[in-house]
Amino acid sequence: MSRRWATVYGVLKGGWSAAVARYAVILTVALIGYAAVLLLAGKDPVRAYADTFAYALGTRYGFSEVLVRMIPLLLTGVAVALPARLGLINVGGEGQLYMGAWLATWGAITFTTLPQFLLIPLLVLMGFVGGGCWAAFAGLLRARGLVNETITTLLMNYVAPLLVGYSVYGMWRSREVGSAAFPQTVAFPSAARLPRFFGTRVHLGLVLGLIALFAVWFVVERTKWGLKMRAIGGNPEAARRLGIRLGLYIVVVMFIAGGVAGLAGMAEVTALHGRLRAGFSPGYGFMGFLISWLAGGSPPGILVMSFVLAIVFAGGTLLQISQGLPFAAINVLMAMILFVVLANPRFSVSVLKRALAGKGRQR
Amino acid sequence: MVVPSAAESRGALAQSGENMCSRGRVTAGVDRVSARAGHPIAQLRGVTKRFPGVVANDAVDLDLYPGEVHALLGENGAGKSTLMKILYGFYSYDAGSIHIDGREAHVSSPLDARKLGIGMVFQVFTLIPAMTVAENVALYVPGLPLMLDARSLGKSLRALGNRCGLRVDPSANVRSLPIGDQQKVEVLKLLVAEARILIFDEATRVLAPHEIEGLFEIFEMLKKDGYAIVFITHKMREVLACADRITVMRRGKVSGTVRGSEATEKALIELMFGGSVPDQAPRGVRDAAAGDCILELRGVSTRAHGVGIGLRDVDLAVRSGEIVGVAGVSGNGQRELTDLALGLAACTRGERLILGSNATAWGARRVRAMGVGFIPEDPLGMGVVPWMTLAQNAALGDVETYSRYGGLSIDWQHVRRDVAAAFAELDFEPLETWVPVRTFSGGQLQRAVLARELGRHPRIFVASYPTRGLDVRSATATRRVLAGLRSRGGGVLLISEDLDELFQLSDRLVVLREGRIVGQFLPQELDRHTIGHLMTTSGDGHE
Amino acid sequence: MNWDLLLGVLSGTIMYGVPLLYTTLGEVVGQRAGMVNLGLEGILLVGAAVGFVISNLTGSPWVGLGVAAVAGAAFNLVYAFLVVTRRANQLASGLTVMFLGMGLSAMIGRSFVGGGSRGLPRYQIPGLSRFAWVTQSMFSYDFVVYLALPAAIVVWWFLFRTRWGLSLRAVGESPTAAFAAGRRISLLKYQAAMACGLLSGLAGAHLSVALARTWSEGMTGGRGFIAVALVIFSKWHPLRAIAGALLFGGAVTLQLQLQAQGAAISPFVLNMIPYVLTLGVLLLWGGSRRFAAPGGLGRVYSGEE
Repeated sequence: MSRRWATVYGVLKGGWSAAVARYAVILTVALIGYAAVLLLAGKDPVRAYADTFAYALGTRYGFSEVLVRMIPLLLTGVAVALPARLGLINVGGEGQLYMGAWLATWGAITFTTLPQFLLIPLLVLMGFVGGGCWAAFAGLLRARGLVNETITTLLMNYVAPLLVGYSVYGMWRSREVGSAAFPQTVAFPSAARLPRFFGTRVHLGLVLGLIALFAVWFVVERTKWGLKMRAIGGNPEAARRLGIRLGLYIVVVMFIAGGVAGLAGMAEVTALHGRLRAGFSPGYGFMGFLISWLAGGSPPGILVMSFVLAIVFAGGTLLQISQGLPFAAINVLMAMILFVVLANPRFSVSVLKRALAGKGRQR
Repeated sequence: MVVPSAAESRGALAQSGENMCSRGRVTAGVDRVSARAGHPIAQLRGVTKRFPGVVANDAVDLDLYPGEVHALLGENGAGKSTLMKILYGFYSYDAGSIHIDGREAHVSSPLDARKLGIGMVFQVFTLIPAMTVAENVALYVPGLPLMLDARSLGKSLRALGNRCGLRVDPSANVRSLPIGDQQKVEVLKLLVAEARILIFDEATRVLAPHEIEGLFEIFEMLKKDGYAIVFITHKMREVLACADRITVMRRGKVSGTVRGSEATEKALIELMFGGSVPDQAPRGVRDAAAGDCILELRGVSTRAHGVGIGLRDVDLAVRSGEIVGVAGVSGNGQRELTDLALGLAACTRGERLILGSNATAWGARRVRAMGVGFIPEDPLGMGVVPWMTLAQNAALGDVETYSRYGGLSIDWQHVRRDVAAAFAELDFEPLETWVPVRTFSGGQLQRAVLARELGRHPRIFVASYPTRGLDVRSATATRRVLAGLRSRGGGVLLISEDLDELFQLSDRLVVLREGRIVGQFLPQELDRHTIGHLMTTSGDGHE
Repeated sequence: MNWDLLLGVLSGTIMYGVPLLYTTLGEVVGQRAGMVNLGLEGILLVGAAVGFVISNLTGSPWVGLGVAAVAGAAFNLVYAFLVVTRRANQLASGLTVMFLGMGLSAMIGRSFVGGGSRGLPRYQIPGLSRFAWVTQSMFSYDFVVYLALPAAIVVWWFLFRTRWGLSLRAVGESPTAAFAAGRRISLLKYQAAMACGLLSGLAGAHLSVALARTWSEGMTGGRGFIAVALVIFSKWHPLRAIAGALLFGGAVTLQLQLQAQGAAISPFVLNMIPYVLTLGVLLLWGGSRRFAAPGGLGRVYSGEE
């Protein structure tokens, strides 16, 4: 699998125009496929697309909402891409996100008297540690050679939301009016709310996401730790023989990755909801896997893909209201994109070229 | 679904088995084979195969006759295996033709080849370790019934084995069989599949000397039954021992075909190398007395690596200025010994000492920092990161040295300087430092690993099968490097299954069997047969 | 603990274990052929939605189950195409199928949300009613439940006692060896994927038509992933899968029963039991040597050149 990452990455590094063209083709094919599905469902794809793009890119509010949606996608994308450089497959972004939110919530409702300049860094730290520990557990099991991290992170995705549910329905349940029907924690103190910008809902999480993206790129590509990580991803047998401590790297990298996913959860609850609710994430963690995969782990790719999927997401909400489609229907579009990438259109292009060349010879 | 009875299923295997190895040597199947004796059973004409950047086979002609052992001789990379994989349908070919029984044949998959009666034993066995012998063989039974009857399959397999001298327990898991028996299963597969042309690709690579003789006896038996046998090897001695006809290949072309009875070693070498015989590495002679003990194992036991065998109560010492050769059939604890010496595995009992310090609890990092270098048996799979560049791989060998600003940056110029220096010191042709190493040939890769490891001036060197799969030139260069390290006062632990190499290089030889050291000798003290027996049979010996 | 609770758990264990068993059996076949399919969740959902919709439209639950099984097999061809024909990464291909299944099932079942189903006719095991402690509703199941055990045995028989199974396992253990033996790897993998889809589709339909008797979005609740874990739990053996599915069904039922009895434990904690249990068991197996995973599991076979 690491080879695949490498080739996709190489394409991105090699030629910007080639990469852009490739993604344009992928998106176009996927959008056409999804249009066919919409038609079958009796909806008007042209109007759906027009509505979506006009909303997402044409209005100030719509654009800001796309950025808001992009924040957790960016962070969970990074949380998948980093371990992938070690050959680790982290499909547990969802669980790590919930645990980040969980621990940050504890901080927000416990240290209510702290001033904002102390509380915000503390919450960021807690979000990081919450998600990090959750992922590091899976890393530890993998490092010990007990259970594969894919299956562990996958199973733990189901445990974390239950833990949040348990807390929200139990010890942290708010007694405010209205909370009886919709269980949630008490509202966080205003000092615990992440700052927002430009009078929109775009918040500090975007900055954190960009920092995380840059930091991961720098560490992996430029530093000695990155060199060792890439060695582990490229050939663990050789890395072991060269004296690299695989176990340590696996646990630490999983911790950092989980921490980044935890930041996403922390940012969601502290900036947007202002309280913890059960089931607040519509599958951001899985989207993160998708994004990292589509981008081939490359940082610019993650940035672009998380933006594109944020549009899809924002469009999903819109279509739910305007066209009466279930929100889950956007999963079909995600699947279409992933399908086109995995089916590898470059192949079809080369087949086409070969066929044309063959014809030329015959003449 | 038509479900044949158990009796029918028994019949299918028994019938296919009876067609070969019959006591009277005249049964229907063999008749068909021997009727055409004197005419070639297979003819390859102008077969050409190109891989990206290299012509593996260049207009090769080859005739195979029934009742003959036809040896394909040549150094690694001469195109022997490729040619036979083409005949077996594993590779497609770009030009030329193949005739079987005088008719043009289109072999585009192993399935086609099997229908034409062609069978192949690969260098790396195509057995399925998790399955039983019977199941492995059943995959090759033509017209296998839809429902399997394990008991009757086993029974007829045992009968076939007894007739042909290929006795293997059908219900045993292949995983648990010694290599020699695994090869018997491979041969059984071909016999059952009614192959008339049997191709053996480097069949002796993993066998001990007396097992090799056993294989040649099987050849004799099969030959008399009219089979055409192709035997691919790069070992002169084996060719002269068993071949009726010898075709020598060099750089993808046939450089000559001679009758086995008329062949001489000198003529064959001439054909193999085109007159320019490569230098021989220096013979192993220790400079003066042995120095200090630099690597020592005292009563060490380890766990098994995967399905291998753990070390048991091993005492071993490597002194400076000495090459200690470890002989043995692979899978007898070699992997565990290397892992232990490199700090990858821990002792369950006993002590490990490196340069006089107790290193029992050290990990790979600390061991490496003490000046232990290595050549793995599979450089691409264990020594380098394939898609990283040569410079990156070199930097990985000693990350701390090249780190700047506490590791935030890496001094690539320094790395490239050191790579160039190491290549110059070892007298290797320089390689591009920005090229991913997976594009290198086996020999180039080995040189890259050697340069990286020796660039650090190690005190101890652990070399496992360092020349396996290398062309003669690269192998010679590798041996020269090992000898050079010894003369500079380093110690080498040389693990190999190539007895020639061990006898040539080692100052001291130990034999590893079933995780124990069963003998320690000076190379001049014993011959290859004694050592071969020691490698494989338990009980008697020099203990 | 009283009799009613115990019997209730026992009876529920079977009901909850059965769809899981079918799914696990499907995944065993797939993984024996070397393919890890994380998309089971999607197939289950498609099976559930199709089964429910068709049985409501036709009025016959049996037609619903049949169509759902076929739909599952057809749906898993997406995975097979990516993995076998396009040689794509198996995990990502599985997630593609999962996303696609989640989305498509939501669209298919949209107008049937909250609808009801009569379920399948149930038959009591003859003779059991003679015992006083067996109440009417207990131990009476539909045919799909009764066929679960035979299904496991049939899958075992196919894998270990037929030519097809031998070839399939060979492909999963070592594609190179199977290719050398003249087996058609792509064909066998496609067949295995379709068998996997068939069984999972059936399981999904049973879940919606007979067990829940309703359709709701995402109603499978991660059973697909649990099945993947159960395959490891059962060490890739169809008969051991029975034990795994029952254990898991038992954990779910126990939790439901405890809730119904008003136990003072949070339902969220009880809901965790199955996942934590699976993790624990995997840990236990993971520590043991000689782990019997098929040799070619998850690898991409590139074939010649």
